[in-house]
Amino acid sequence: MKSIKVFLTATTFMAGAASANAVDLEVTHWWTSGGEAAAVAEFAKAFDATGNKWVDGAIAGSGNTARPIMISRITGGDPMGATQFNHGRQAEELVEAGLMRDLTDLAEQEKWRDVIKPASLLDSCTLDGKIYCVPVNIHSWEWLWLSNKAFEDAGVPVPKNWDEFVAAAPALEKAGKVPLAIGQQPWQIGGAFRVLLVSLAGPETYQKVYGDKDEEAAAGPEVAKVFKAADDARKMAAKSTVQDWNQATNLVITDQAGGQIMGDWAQGEFQIAEEVAGKDYSCLPALGMNDLISTGGDAFYFPLLDDEEQAKAQEELAKVMLDPKVQVAFNLKKGSVPVRGDVDLNAANDCMKKGLAILAEGTIVPSQEQLMSQDTINQINDLMAEFFSTPSMTPDDAQKRFADIIGGAT
Amino acid sequence: MPQQRPNRLFRNLHAKIAAIPMILTAVVVFAGGSIWTVIYSFTSSGLLPRLNFVGLAQYERLWWTPRWLVSIENLFIYGLGMLVFSLVIGFLLAALLDQKIRFENTFRTIFLYPFALSFIVTGLVWQWILNPDFGVQGIVRGLGWESFSFNPLYNPDIVIYGILIAALWQSTGLVMCLMLAGLRGIDEEIWKAARVDGIPAWKTYLFIVIPMMRPVFITALVIIATGIVKVYDLVVAQTSGGPGISSEVPAKYVYDMMFSSQNLGQGFAASTMMLVSVLIVIIPWAYLEFGGRMRRG
Repeated sequence: MKSIKVFLTATTFMAGAASANAVDLEVTHWWTSGGEAAAVAEFAKAFDATGNKWVDGAIAGSGNTARPIMISRITGGDPMGATQFNHGRQAEELVEAGLMRDLTDLAEQEKWRDVIKPASLLDSCTLDGKIYCVPVNIHSWEWLWLSNKAFEDAGVPVPKNWDEFVAAAPALEKAGKVPLAIGQQPWQIGGAFRVLLVSLAGPETYQKVYGDKDEEAAAGPEVAKVFKAADDARKMAAKSTVQDWNQATNLVITDQAGGQIMGDWAQGEFQIAEEVAGKDYSCLPALGMNDLISTGGDAFYFPLLDDEEQAKAQEELAKVMLDPKVQVAFNLKKGSVPVRGDVDLNAANDCMKKGLAILAEGTIVPSQEQLMSQDTINQINDLMAEFFSTPSMTPDDAQKRFADIIGGAT
Repeated sequence: MPQQRPNRLFRNLHAKIAAIPMILTAVVVFAGGSIWTVIYSFTSSGLLPRLNFVGLAQYERLWWTPRWLVSIENLFIYGLGMLVFSLVIGFLLAALLDQKIRFENTFRTIFLYPFALSFIVTGLVWQWILNPDFGVQGIVRGLGWESFSFNPLYNPDIVIYGILIAALWQSTGLVMCLMLAGLRGIDEEIWKAARVDGIPAWKTYLFIVIPMMRPVFITALVIIATGIVKVYDLVVAQTSGGPGISSEVPAKYVYDMMFSSQNLGQGFAASTMMLVSVLIVIIPWAYLEFGGRMRRG
């Protein structure tokens, strides 16, 4: 009994001592899969090293589950210290309503304009000339992950591009594999479609349809090709019944599925499973049809807080997130590319190097989060989810509805 | 009418004063919130409410959205199934329990137990039971019937029935208990009289007991009906609207529009339509129920 009392007193003192110079800062994010959690722990470690305390506010599910919770906390007057969003328009209205902190002074002091590459990342954080968020990584959607073993079992060579992959599908099916693993959540199906669009129709059409919201282009022959490919994809994914993206990735890791179209965050899962790029799995940027990737990613926003100590801790956290060493440690675990052009990435694996080479060449397109409102993206996701689960819906019908959505987009 | 008979207003004054907080809540929170929602459904509000009116544009888009139409259709099937099956099964179970059987308490507890679970737990349990690999289909196939197929959650045409099964499993126990209470409230003398007249038991139930149980049926009906319109958590836990959009329901559309798509105006338009559909059901019923009584009184 006595020892418990001593212990309690001791911990009370410790807590008291710690809170004298350290500030607890709650950070919300939706990084909960194995690879993601390992990556976010790097941020927490680096932030704790500054004498402050990272209070982890992980929200399971996906961005679509987490964002409403974050937004309602901010608009409801209970803001956290910092929160993740994707770059682009997701937090636009929160910024307009003056709920987010202006980071322009800090950005100038730390010369973010010079170190953050590509500059479009910082542009997505900028509204009316002021900077409101810290980009922490570059994610690209346009990857096809392939299990080498699955193709070996099926007796066909590992495909080099989408057309070969489609051609290999019957052999995979005969070997009892799911050719294409896709989680049932609409954002994954919509995401796969976006990859098909940018890879098969090319960056100009992508820009015209998603950037300029050109209804005619969306109804045109270039996009018709994409819907034809989406039709192939849904046949290949017909037996894929998993829900979450990492479950789908797991099908590829365990060689039950041929491949998965998913962003480069899937790489974190391969790493945790100790698979080797090039040997156990292959990756094709832009489905092997083009040499380009989109540069979306995650950014941290800092809600406006009254408490001055916490505000100082926010600045500290923003600095830590862009620190060269932390950037490398975080992004290696996450499977994404650092936002700084001046860091050393010798530890990167084959797939990451492919991505870095494309970035260096500059053949990049903006991500859909940067181009369209979440409303439009969800409409497209719903349409694709319906298309994939309704075999009777023809590609033509789907394209007509797609063009309608694009025409009505803002 | 209070103007004609002002003394009625002051009768039971204490009770009326005690009711003021609840009245205020009802008026400000429910009525006020509803009116606010209806007004903002005519605006183009995005993430935050703004008063820039766009007329009926949100409603036009709503009724052009296939996902909303699917939601309405699902709600209709689910609602009809819930009403019919939970009343019929609930009454049958209650009538069987009423036969003075042994272990009645045990059975009643077993049947009522699912109601103690939240819809989220119910949804997850039934997601596993109906999962083709681990659930019913997997077990039957494991026993040797290789071609057995029972896979409602992954078939877009019947997925809503998979959800209906889970909902019935959860809520019939409550209906049964209500019915049982109703049956116990029927005077023994009536049964004796019916037996003396030689009326068979099923006829007694159908033509004498059930009409006498009208208040119980109405209570059960209201409880079931409110559960139908707001069904959301069960779908989220069991299918999250899938496969595709084939098990979407209106409440989920409202939530997704308001919070995920950051389009409040569209969400408000959808929730206004839900309100209208509830009013269409409630108003004629309330008129029949209370209008008649007032005239009598």
